[in-house]
Amino acid sequence: MAQVKTKAHPLETRVLLEGFDDKDSASIENYQKNYDGYVAAKKAVNMEPDDVTSLVKESGLRGLGGAGFPAGVKWGFIPKGGTKPVYLVCNADEGEPGTFKDRQLMEHLPHRLIEGMICSASAVRSECGYIYVRGELVLAIEVLEKAIEEAYEKGFLGKNIFGSGRNFDLTVHPGAGAYICGEETGLISSLEGDRGEPKLKPPFPAIEGAFGCPTIVNNVATLAHVPNIINKGAEWFIGLGGGTARTAGTNVFSVSGDVKNPGFFELPIGFSLKKLLYDICGGPKEGRSFKACYPGGSSSPVLKESEFEVGLDFDSLAAAGTMAGSGAIIVLDDSRSMVDMAMRTAGFYAHESCGQCVPCREGTKWTYTLLSKIHNKQGTKQDLENAVSACNNMQGKTICVLSDACAMPVNSIIQKFSHEFEEYFIKEEDRKITKPRVSGEMSGVLKELMRGKV
Amino acid sequence: MAYQFPEDIEKKFQWLITRYPKKDAILLPLLHLVQKDVGYLSSEAIVEVARKMELTPARIREVASFYTMFRLNKKGQYVLGVCQTLSCYLNGSEELITKLKNILNIKEGQTSEDGLFTIERVECLASCGTAPVMQVNDWEYHENLTVEKIEKIISLLKEHKAADISYEKRLSSGGVA
Repeated sequence: MAQVKTKAHPLETRVLLEGFDDKDSASIENYQKNYDGYVAAKKAVNMEPDDVTSLVKESGLRGLGGAGFPAGVKWGFIPKGGTKPVYLVCNADEGEPGTFKDRQLMEHLPHRLIEGMICSASAVRSECGYIYVRGELVLAIEVLEKAIEEAYEKGFLGKNIFGSGRNFDLTVHPGAGAYICGEETGLISSLEGDRGEPKLKPPFPAIEGAFGCPTIVNNVATLAHVPNIINKGAEWFIGLGGGTARTAGTNVFSVSGDVKNPGFFELPIGFSLKKLLYDICGGPKEGRSFKACYPGGSSSPVLKESEFEVGLDFDSLAAAGTMAGSGAIIVLDDSRSMVDMAMRTAGFYAHESCGQCVPCREGTKWTYTLLSKIHNKQGTKQDLENAVSACNNMQGKTICVLSDACAMPVNSIIQKFSHEFEEYFIKEEDRKITKPRVSGEMSGVLKELMRGKV
Repeated sequence: MAYQFPEDIEKKFQWLITRYPKKDAILLPLLHLVQKDVGYLSSEAIVEVARKMELTPARIREVASFYTMFRLNKKGQYVLGVCQTLSCYLNGSEELITKLKNILNIKEGQTSEDGLFTIERVECLASCGTAPVMQVNDWEYHENLTVEKIEKIISLLKEHKAADISYEKRLSSGGVA
């Protein structure tokens, strides 16, 4: 089932979401007739590949999946004059808690993504592309498959596209429910038909990725920006955002949690977080006030309400000690216990750890177990210190950044809301050796873990 | 009884092989097709997938067990996956799970006696703006849920009405229940 179509908010700048409100937004006819559909693709396949890469580099387009790495620079890492085929993979394994932007783009505007892939493929000299979509997003998969079929019929995909002599084949690849497959090397493992376990870098995918060949992995929103950049130029794209090449363009921000009007909004990079939450999302729910938010998905360190006056761009958020991530803002109001939030955040990562690296496999589960113990009012200050130590000992010590994604928000909550944890500590007079209460909300493995080890 | 690919899966299997440089890569899409056909990845189905893929059944299990969407055991006809991650939790997913357990009189992970329902907790379904969310059988999303809507969905499912809603209808409708 698709999200109800919404009219753009007056403060929005819809570029990626242009045409979202149209009834037949997913059809190739509508896209071609009203939005210059496939004009950029035709242009790109007839350009020198390096010129396309330079243009994207100049535009300042950054990876909108979370890392914020400049897309053109990434493309430039593909070895020149290599004999191996190059693969272009779209990362549509949207799984970061709080994020639902890619789903909107795929379900409603699939052709913008497909065109973006054709343009990007011509820049990196790829003849074969895959869209790795989360398995749960069946509607997005159906819409994309239909759209790809339409593009093949028109001759925009396949052999000799637009008569340029270039080829590009595109296939939708369904995932099967594993958060870690959103990590690019995990995604590549999964695409190859293996367990979605991340691989050590280097070699980076651009040198040796899918099937042992150079591979570029980009997020949906990143790729969908490319056609407009080719049509309208780098300066136009920089002008859309905060005015510099480091804050170029727009992103679709997903807002959820304790706000009056949750939803997704396309805004210039660098837009004020406070303005978004109060002016667009209508502020807190009746009778409540904001307490904190995760500004970039559940793996970003939280910001307190007093820190909301910050621009939603990579550099400003980094300066504020957090990160832009996938542009997913999860808002918490004053009715929420931060101990509960820390526990649930750790619980998610404990569940999603792939288990390859011991620090992450054990660290995420111990963090969760200790926080549950505190949440159940059975914990002590020492337990909290142990949780912090578990976090500090997994961060940066694993193949991928899942352990960091768990440690960063948990550490930030413990630092910024330490007084709340104190209220949960077991009182000295109540201390007796008891089995911790195992709540029904834990997965079987964790229950066993708690029974066995605590 | 030995499992054999029905004609449509066989056709899709042959097509998939042409789309990838290595045959191994089609495993995930193929397992999805087989699971949809059988309802879960039975031992017989895994043996047949292994034969077709020229891999061992152990290898198929090794890969399939990594992914939460693949079921290695039989479950209810309707698997109700309630999202428990932050945004859904903030909007009351715990109440939904309690309600489901009460209506169906089963615990999480269990299947109701009539074989119709299994309750599961799942992680983020990428639908946080319309939380809380439940998916039926890994594909049908029900969003902006309330306890009342849950009751209605269950009664519709009991009459086999709410499942398998067509693509066009899902795309145009704001909500099923």
